[in-house]
Amino acid sequence: MLKKWHYIFLFFVVLLVLLLLRLPLGTAGKFKLAISGLFLPLFGLSNSTHQWLGQARDALVPRRELLRQIEQLRHDNEDLKLRLAQDAQLENENARLRSQIGWARQTRWRLKPARVMARDPANWWRSLEIDLGSRDGLCTNLAVLTPDGLVGRVQSVSEARSQVVLLGDPNLRVAAKVAGPGPANAETGIIMVNSSMPQEEGMIDLDLLSGASGVEPGQSVLTWGAGGVFREGIPIGTIVDKRPKEYGLSTEARVKLAANLSALEEVWVILP
Amino acid sequence: MKWRPTIFVLAAAFVAVFLEASVGLGRKLLGAQVDVLPALMVYAALTLGFTTIVLLAICGGLWFDSLSLNPVGASVLPLLLIGLLIYRSRELLLREHLFAQVVLGVAAGAVQPLGTLFILLNKGQTPLLSWLTLWQWLVIALGAGLVTPVCFKLFDRLHRALEYQPVTQTSFRPDREIKRGRG
Repeated sequence: MLKKWHYIFLFFVVLLVLLLLRLPLGTAGKFKLAISGLFLPLFGLSNSTHQWLGQARDALVPRRELLRQIEQLRHDNEDLKLRLAQDAQLENENARLRSQIGWARQTRWRLKPARVMARDPANWWRSLEIDLGSRDGLCTNLAVLTPDGLVGRVQSVSEARSQVVLLGDPNLRVAAKVAGPGPANAETGIIMVNSSMPQEEGMIDLDLLSGASGVEPGQSVLTWGAGGVFREGIPIGTIVDKRPKEYGLSTEARVKLAANLSALEEVWVILP
Repeated sequence: MKWRPTIFVLAAAFVAVFLEASVGLGRKLLGAQVDVLPALMVYAALTLGFTTIVLLAICGGLWFDSLSLNPVGASVLPLLLIGLLIYRSRELLLREHLFAQVVLGVAAGAVQPLGTLFILLNKGQTPLLSWLTLWQWLVIALGAGLVTPVCFKLFDRLHRALEYQPVTQTSFRPDREIKRGRG
């Protein structure tokens, strides 16, 4: 059935694919983003349809419900204003104390909202694409989060889009700490995926805790700040349970993620 | 070679990859995203030519990988392998039979992720593998088996709607006509 020219053609196709598979990481990332750019019209269409449906749904909300929501938002706004005023005082106090003991002043996060365009179609990766790129000031290794907590890290960037690798993907490891009563009591470990165990939705492993770890269910897990990718103090989740590993030399804890990764529509990127 | 069916199949692959990435219904309901590309490859291999198979493998694989963390090109070779295996023995396969379509779809759906995983592991990648992966593999294979007959129906209908149908030969022969009457 296959003729001679078929085999010659196949040889070149296989050669081309092998060359593509051998591309350096950066080049491959740019190549992939260039190809996925072909999907932009469809993503635009999908976005417009989504917006149109949202507007149609909004038009059906009764006036009474809208007034109730406005009243609720007004109340929340006043509450937040009061908290902001209090936080400003605390910030000043914090800055003054830091300067007295010679600690570096913490900078505020510069956040940029992004819309989730697509999810990884392969079942063995956890990633998504967002509608921000290098023209919006993004570069690789920026933290991506929601108001609930950490979501992931920017993996590759094109001009208008970026690929984000999510928590729970084997390519993402995060240095994390379990919030204790004081900074000296914070236990540290690595958020990673233990591939031999089935992963429940919204759960992740905190590995390499010390063997005599005293972490308890319900304690908060935050980014540690070591490694230079994630800033310190971004919420990750809460401890669910723990078990000893390697004959008690280390401890592994399961963490319930604060952010719901399966229902992401909008995320925030911390700009450098 | 007729380009219209090839373009239809490539367009379907493009839209299928987009929908797999943007609509996560399968992932939410079944815990696994069904891949339509193996089903399209079964149709292409049984119906269309060698060039379409190669184009579908290259374009479909690259489109899929571009939206995924897969290394670029990882999905191309498994798709090509499926297409060529079916193409080589397509004279022996009963294309019209629903059972054959479903079985080939399931087989293609099962081979595609295995082939991609083989390439990933050989490249030193560490994809997310657990007992759940077996369930996902089952869903992908069965999903492809269900989608394959739909592809056949859809494309055959499209073909009938847009292509000129061959004129059917009648059994009438003028030399065998029975003349009645005296003339």
